[in-house]
Formats: sequence, structure tokens, C-alpha cells
Amino acid sequence: MKKITKIFLSFVTLFFLLSGISFSDNIKIGTEGAYPPWNAKDASGKLIGFEVDLAMELCKITGDTCSIVEQDWDGMIPALQAGKFDAIMAGMSITDERKQKINFSQGYADEVASFASLKKSNIKLGGLKSLSLADIDGKEQKTLDTIKKTLEGKIVGVQSGTIFQNFLKSGLVGKVNVWTYKTQDEVNLDLSSGRIDLSLAAAVATTDYNSKAGNVLKLVGPTFSGGVFGNGVGIGLRKNDTKLLNSFNSAIDTARKKGIIKKLAIKHFGFDASM
Amino acid sequence: MELLAFGDQGWGDEILRATFITIFVALSAFLIGFIFATLFVFFKLSKKKYLNFIGNIYTTIFRGVPELLIIYLFFFGGSSAIMFVSKIFGYDGYIEINAFLTGAISIGIISGAYSTEVLRGAILAIDKSQFEGAQALGMKRYVYFLKVITPQVLRLAIPNLSNVWQITLKDTSLISVTGLVELMRQSYIASGSTRNPLFFYLFAAVIYLILTTFSLKFFNRLEKRYNFS
Amino acid sequence: MTILIENIPYLLKASFLTIQLTLISLIIGLIIGFFFSIMRLSKNFFLYNIAYYYSFIFRGTPLLVQIFIIYFGLAQLEFIRDSILWAILKKPFWCAIIAFSLNTGAYTSEILRAAFEKVEKNIIETGKSLGMSKFNIFYKIKLPIAIKQSVPAYGNEMILMLKGTSLASTVTLIDLTGASKYIISTNFNPVEVFIFAGSIYLILTFLIHSLIKLVEKKLGYY
Repeated sequence: MKKITKIFLSFVTLFFLLSGISFSDNIKIGTEGAYPPWNAKDASGKLIGFEVDLAMELCKITGDTCSIVEQDWDGMIPALQAGKFDAIMAGMSITDERKQKINFSQGYADEVASFASLKKSNIKLGGLKSLSLADIDGKEQKTLDTIKKTLEGKIVGVQSGTIFQNFLKSGLVGKVNVWTYKTQDEVNLDLSSGRIDLSLAAAVATTDYNSKAGNVLKLVGPTFSGGVFGNGVGIGLRKNDTKLLNSFNSAIDTARKKGIIKKLAIKHFGFDASM
Repeated sequence: MELLAFGDQGWGDEILRATFITIFVALSAFLIGFIFATLFVFFKLSKKKYLNFIGNIYTTIFRGVPELLIIYLFFFGGSSAIMFVSKIFGYDGYIEINAFLTGAISIGIISGAYSTEVLRGAILAIDKSQFEGAQALGMKRYVYFLKVITPQVLRLAIPNLSNVWQITLKDTSLISVTGLVELMRQSYIASGSTRNPLFFYLFAAVIYLILTTFSLKFFNRLEKRYNFS
Repeated sequence: MTILIENIPYLLKASFLTIQLTLISLIIGLIIGFFFSIMRLSKNFFLYNIAYYYSFIFRGTPLLVQIFIIYFGLAQLEFIRDSILWAILKKPFWCAIIAFSLNTGAYTSEILRAAFEKVEKNIIETGKSLGMSKFNIFYKIKLPIAIKQSVPAYGNEMILMLKGTSLASTVTLIDLTGASKYIISTNFNPVEVFIFAGSIYLILTFLIHSLIKLVEKKLGYY
């Protein structure tokens, strides 16, 4: 009987050690941990990536103690609102749609989107190098029409709840057969296996995957920005949390001035994506 | 094999740790469920209509709605519900319940709905005349219940509780959506990072099989012990 | 609330996929379960063991792992992608159906096996003494009794399968759970959407429950 009591007591202790109800005193930052090079997880289970490093630098500047919390992308904004964490740094672009629900700090990095296909695929999406949805002229419209025609009967994979999904649903490129995935990793897996014809994602996310997976993919068509693609990547915050908003905004200013953002961008992206 | 190496390069130590989390969250959920079951089984067997009603609502909802939805509800709604209550008491900040507790409670409540049915079946299977035995022996009712009825109910319930345990253990794989790094999520992360889903999911399947097999053996032993002594 | 109301048609449409997945998986699973339960009763070493380990593996691992192995795992193998099988495995719908059918088939085989084993020996002996053939004993005596005995347990399995189809949302399918997750990922109001989806599942559970009660009545349980 004594043994059982001992087992039971250690069980209860462990239970309370693992359980946590916290009354937020430090700042928790939510990230996905599955969107390299923005944020990811390494083989020791540690969160890594551009935003993880940047978050630590920003907190150093504001003098706060911060911790980073892992959260699946599709529940990122609801989890912020439910108080699971206080800020989002997860490659989240600043868009009007999201601004209705949450606040954004100023942007800290730029992101362009691009379609990708298998290397051996012969899909072509017009000759333009980059396309801003902010001003669509004849040349841009022609490319969009080409894309619209090419996408007919094709399957395009995107991570669910992203600007890439919004773009494909916007009607700018017609009615597209879109498959949505929980993570970008899954999109890349299905693109590599040939289940889907194209993916639409941040160009760096595809390049990063490609460099690790033996160059099976390639980017096709122009890089996209503006419009539904938003205006850069910023920190997502709760609407009523103006104190945190101000402190992050000034921290980003400082980090930019000191060249910290630029340095981290070059380290993780290979080029200066800071803004 | 180097995928499973321990240390910084491989995923062996992470998967081992995640397996312990799986076992532990399953045990916690099973016990939480059992506590719920002992309460709700009395509701279901009570002569009072409204208690019956509450008991039936509980078992119907938690056995009829997909586990995934219930976990999401607890995950997104749990903190808000607690914050709502704490606001009444004057605390105005954010309260966050961690993934382990969210998982253990949501799976526990589901597990409890199944356990309630198991206990109900076991109590109903006991000879009715036994309940009148208390007066005959001059024992206090609750003493009689604890010493005579409970062991019999448990003995009758063991085979089906074993099934509930298996369900609970497998349900823990769904907690991965809350961010708790248990076996399923760790395999998910590892397969995403190494682009080798086949290996990691097969490996996870083998671990789950080992866990279910061992627990089955344990319950069989328990059953034998209580049937002979 | 308005977001929920706007999306009700979308959620109802997604419920059709849930119903479709449930029905197709249950039908295929029933056929699989039937054959494997007979294999379990066989005295042939191989047949018995194949059926035993099939049921052991599919009941001993979470459905989520099974569906991931079939969808993401198999797609990783080049020889699968080059084979005719790829035409089926390429489609998330069929991957889900395969995983669900194999899963429910394993549980069904156990339910039927238990029911077959419970058919009393003396009834079978009676059939023998009446000069019935082995085939006739099986179809006219064993099978009807076993089916009747397995109805309540099978009803539970149907409900478990209905709940199990919610995992189709993990392989890009927009079933009821997938649709709710989609609404949340764009509109960010989780609780009410999940409660609404949960209610639809409850209605479906209730329908299955009533169906089983009806069958039990028809088969004369009361």
C-alpha cells in the first residue's frame, strides 16, 4: 500500500508541475515554428528562425522578459484574442482584413509571394518579374490574365488562412481549385509528390525548402506584393493593447537604426528583407 | 537510424520525452475522467429527473461530438470562460491555461463520458438485493457502499475501463493541435523538418502499439487478480 | 453571430462531405470486417494471423497516425507514385476513405467475431442434426443470430466513425470540421462556430442512434 501511495503522490506532483495556469506577468510571443526561415524548430526541439531571434532582440530593447509560445497557424489570431499570448511574430503580413480584428506594429520585414512548381513541370505564368497589386496597368493585367488561363484545371496548394489563400480566392486570377494545408511543410510535401500542380507561398519559404530538399522545386511567374498581399510583416497585437503596441513600435525603430533587423535578415534569408 | 539519434542532431531524445508526455497526459485524462464518471454515474442513476437530464446531456454531448472539436472549444473558449469568471471577482488581466492542462481536461472529460457509461453498466449488473443488504447487516449506508458495492462494481468494470483507457490513450494524439509536444506533435514536427513523414509516423505507430499492448496486458492481469481473490 | 449566420450554408454543404465519408467508409468497413471476422474463425494459421494482426494494428494506433501514414507517408515512396495506385492515393478523398474503412473494418471484425463466437453450440448442433449443410448452417443460423447480436455494438462503432471523419480535415478535405476551421482561420470567432458544428454532429449522432433503435425493434429485441 505504501508503494501505491508513493506512486500516487509523485503522480500528483508531476501533474501540477506540468500544469500551468498563468496570470500573465511576462510578455508571451506566439509563433508557428513551422515556417522556415521566418520561424521553425530544430532537432533539439528549440524554436529558431528570423523572428525568434528578432523577438529576443526587441525584448532586450524594451527591457521586458519575453517567452516564445508555439501555436498552429490556423488558430493564431483566435489564440491571441483568447489571451494564450500577447503578440504574434509569425511571418504575418499586415492586411486590411486582419486589421479589423487586431492591431499591427509597423512592419519589420518585407515579404514577396511566388508560385512554385516541380522543377520538371513546364507551367509558365507570364514574363513579368514582379507584380504589385497596388497599381495594375496593362502589363500587369495581361500577366494576371495569363495566370488565370494557366490555372484553369490546375490544383494550387496554400497554407490555410494566409494571404496566399486570400489572393487565390479574390477572383483576380479567376476561380481557382485551391487545396488548403495546415503548414507550409505539408504544402511543400504535396507539391514535391506531385499531388498538386502549384503552390503559392512566400518566395523565401519555397527557396528554403528547396535548398534542404535537393532542389526539386522552382519558382514560377512573377513575385507578388501589395493589395491583398499586405504591406510587409509586422507584430500582431490585441486591439486594446496600445501600451505594447507603442513599446514594440519604438523598439523596431531602435532595432532598425542599429542595423539589427538587417543583420538578422541577412543571416536567415540571405538578403536584406528588413523594412 | 541517425534520424533517431539522441542529442542535437537526431530526434530520438525528443520522441522519447514526447512519449512520456503522451503517457502522462493519458493517465491524467483517464483519472480526471474517472472522477467525472463517479459523479455523473450517480446523476444518471438518480431518481431525480433533472439530475438524470444533466447526466444524459453530459454523456451524449461528449460521446457524440468529435474529440477534435471539443479540444478546440476548450482551447479557445477555456481561457475566456475563466477570464469571464475572474472578472466577476475583480481580476481584469489575462489568464492562460497551458496546453498540458487544456489537453488533460478536455480529453479527461471525454474519457469521463465513456467511463460513466461503463460504471453505470457495472452498477446495474450488480444484484439489486445487495443494495438492501446494508440495513440487514446494520452497516451505515456509505460504509456499505464503499466496502461491499464499490469493489464489485470495479471488478465488473475492469474489462470495459480497459477499453476506455485505450480510447483515451489514442485520443491524446489529437491534443497535438493545442501545441502540446506529445508523441504525435513531435512526429509531426520531425517529419516536417526532415521531410520524412513515412518514417516518423510509422515509428509513432509502433510506439502507440507498444503502449496499447502493454496496457492491455496490465488490465488483463488486473482482471485476473480480482476475479480469483 | 452574423459571421456564423453568413456561413451556415457553407457549413451545411460541408456536412454532406462528412455524411458521405461516414457512409462510404462504413459500407466498405463492413465488408472488410465481415471477411476478416470469418478469417479469425478459420483454423488456417495464416488466415487467422493476418486477420488478428490487422485488427491488432488498426485498433492499437490512433486514426490520426493511420491517415497521416497513408496520405503523407505513402506519397513519399517513388514506386507508389509510379504505380497505378497513385491514381487513387493522389486524391485526399480516397486516402481518407482508405484510412477510415481500414480502421472501422478492424473494429467491425472484432464485433462480428465476438458475435459469431457467442452463437451457442447447441443451436449449431441442432442444425447439423437436421442434416443442414455447413453452408446452410452458416447462412441460415449463425449469420442471422450474429448480426442480431452485433447491432448495438455496431451502432456505437457507427458513431465513432462519424466522429472519426473529422480527421479528414487534416488532409485538405473541407468536411464539417474542416469548414469550421476554415471559417475561424479567416474570421477568427472560434467558439460559436465550433458550437454550431458540434450541434450538427450531435444531430447526426442522434440520427444514427434512432436508426439503430429502429433496427433493433425490427429484429425483435423487445
